[in-house]
Amino acid sequence: MTGNTKPVTVPEKQPLILGNQTFKSVTDKISGIVEAKTPKEWYLAFAIAFFGMLLLLGSIGFLVWDGVGIWGLNNPVAWGWAIVNFVFWVGIGHAGTLISAILFLFRQKWRTSINRFAEAMTIFAVICALMFPGIHIGRIWLIYYFFPVPNQMGMWPNFRSPLLWDFFAVGTYFTVSLLFWYTGMIPDLATFRDRAKTRARKIIFGIMSLGWRGGNRQWQHYELAYLVLAGLSTPLVLSVHSVVSTDFATSLVPGWHTTIFPPYFVAGAIFSGFAMVMTLAIIARRFYGLEHFITTQHFDKMAKIMLLTGSIVGYAYATEFFIAWYSGSDYEGFTFINRAFGPYAWAYWIMITCNVIVPQFFWSGKLRRNIAFLFVASILVNVGMWFERFVIVVSSLSRDYLPSSWDYYSPTFWDIITFIGSFGLFFTFFLLFLRFLPMISMSEVKAILPQADPHNSEGHE
Amino acid sequence: MSNSMADTKIFGMLAEFETPAALLKAAVKVRNAGYKKFDCHSPFPIHGMDKAMGMKRSHLGFIIAIFALIGAVTGLGLQYWVHSVEYPHIISGKPLFAWQAYIIVMFALFVLFGAGSAVLGMLHINRLPRFHHPVFFSDRFSKVTTDGFFISIEADDPQFDLRKTAAFLQEIGGIHIERLEEQ
Repeated sequence: MTGNTKPVTVPEKQPLILGNQTFKSVTDKISGIVEAKTPKEWYLAFAIAFFGMLLLLGSIGFLVWDGVGIWGLNNPVAWGWAIVNFVFWVGIGHAGTLISAILFLFRQKWRTSINRFAEAMTIFAVICALMFPGIHIGRIWLIYYFFPVPNQMGMWPNFRSPLLWDFFAVGTYFTVSLLFWYTGMIPDLATFRDRAKTRARKIIFGIMSLGWRGGNRQWQHYELAYLVLAGLSTPLVLSVHSVVSTDFATSLVPGWHTTIFPPYFVAGAIFSGFAMVMTLAIIARRFYGLEHFITTQHFDKMAKIMLLTGSIVGYAYATEFFIAWYSGSDYEGFTFINRAFGPYAWAYWIMITCNVIVPQFFWSGKLRRNIAFLFVASILVNVGMWFERFVIVVSSLSRDYLPSSWDYYSPTFWDIITFIGSFGLFFTFFLLFLRFLPMISMSEVKAILPQADPHNSEGHE
Repeated sequence: MSNSMADTKIFGMLAEFETPAALLKAAVKVRNAGYKKFDCHSPFPIHGMDKAMGMKRSHLGFIIAIFALIGAVTGLGLQYWVHSVEYPHIISGKPLFAWQAYIIVMFALFVLFGAGSAVLGMLHINRLPRFHHPVFFSDRFSKVTTDGFFISIEADDPQFDLRKTAAFLQEIGGIHIERLEEQ
């Protein structure tokens, strides 16, 4: 960054990047992954993911053909898995922006090893998320009702509704994440261009890198743009899940109508997102041999963030119960007793086990550095966070004010296939990203190597 | 300026340096020698280079601020116009101009316009995309995105002299000094 004060170097206990990397070895390693022949395992994984995506397309096709009746929605529970999945996926995206923006502003140098693919994860997760509200409207050909565009009915959307805020917040989030991701990738795409051997690669990466020359007169504006993007993304990421939570909180449904929702949703989003980053990082690191770049130190730090956000989530669960009792409202009180001991108690206790108990193991430094444990724990957290949204959406709706309108909701085959298919969509994009784009930011990793500091060699002050 | 080649115009001179520290020191010397039209190329931004080259602060921030505010005003204007002018309906008892409810869309458009102008403004100031540039004629220059550190001095600089500039770059530690031609 452009510094005008004397640099203060705080000695790191251990280097962030291991294996005595040089600038060239960083480029060779990361570019080598993309330039090498496609591994057989990649084809296998891609085939599975692509099959999942075809399932999704098929189930969407049937949904459009037959209508939302193919889902398990019933009269009190008009928001089923579609909304659960929407909140689940958009929440996962949040870790990517937290790593790329908030940790950037806090000068957390360890972020450079994981920010690129966390950002990619954000974009693909938000694509999966945006799909669900898109398809659950039923008559998908009328989706333009969402947009504030002049139409033949002279009708305009209601800007006082949180559903419209949501549309703007998530749409902006997707666009800004995409800009952030691409801007960060320009110098690395230029590396690919300069290493390209074939004419096709030269042209493709030549166009994608926009003619980047690495001149300091370019870096200056580039770094400022990156800083501003981080500064704008930080309040944005906090606002997006807050706005998502207002979809629930501004309604009058007991169990939804609480002021704790925005911070509680944001903490949960970061919690689930880090779990997903961890799952993906463990697989990619193992498969591509990135142990020198993504070290146990990185996992240790991610686990600490999960411990913090997981504890906030656990605290929020307790607060909800306390407020339900303290408010003296019969309906609130009933809703929470019903959550823990009613027909959806099984989902509630899965949620508590995965989200409250599992992260508490991260107090142990040994477990924070145990990759096998982290892998299992991160998957459990993802399961738990999906169930959190399920509990919030379904248990509140299925039994609200009038006992005569209560009903039990269960998903149908098509609900399940659509959800599995959304993973297919996510992994199809993610595998294409791993195969064709730099999964670790080379220019940023080089900048945190000790030899990148121009004062390093002189024993400065 | 002596133009040895018949048809080709000289763009400038390129010199390579071995480390970020060498590039930083050389940048100070180039600047002190009075050159204005030069650039230091590196695979990553080097701490303190802006100061070494004597560059002014980037004015991109002002552009972003203006566009972000335009975004916020657009958001407010759109919502005011929709609910107070074009389609005035009272919904769930809220006033027509419910400014508290408008803040979220205003904020979203503030961020959207700000982020868009940050990226497009950066590209505009950097004159990108530009796929063709004389530095790319140098074969060694392809190292710049891996581990190469270069200084380029443009022939348009009033100080530029084919022989003197080459000697100067050699004197300050440059290696593989090359002439860059425009084609």
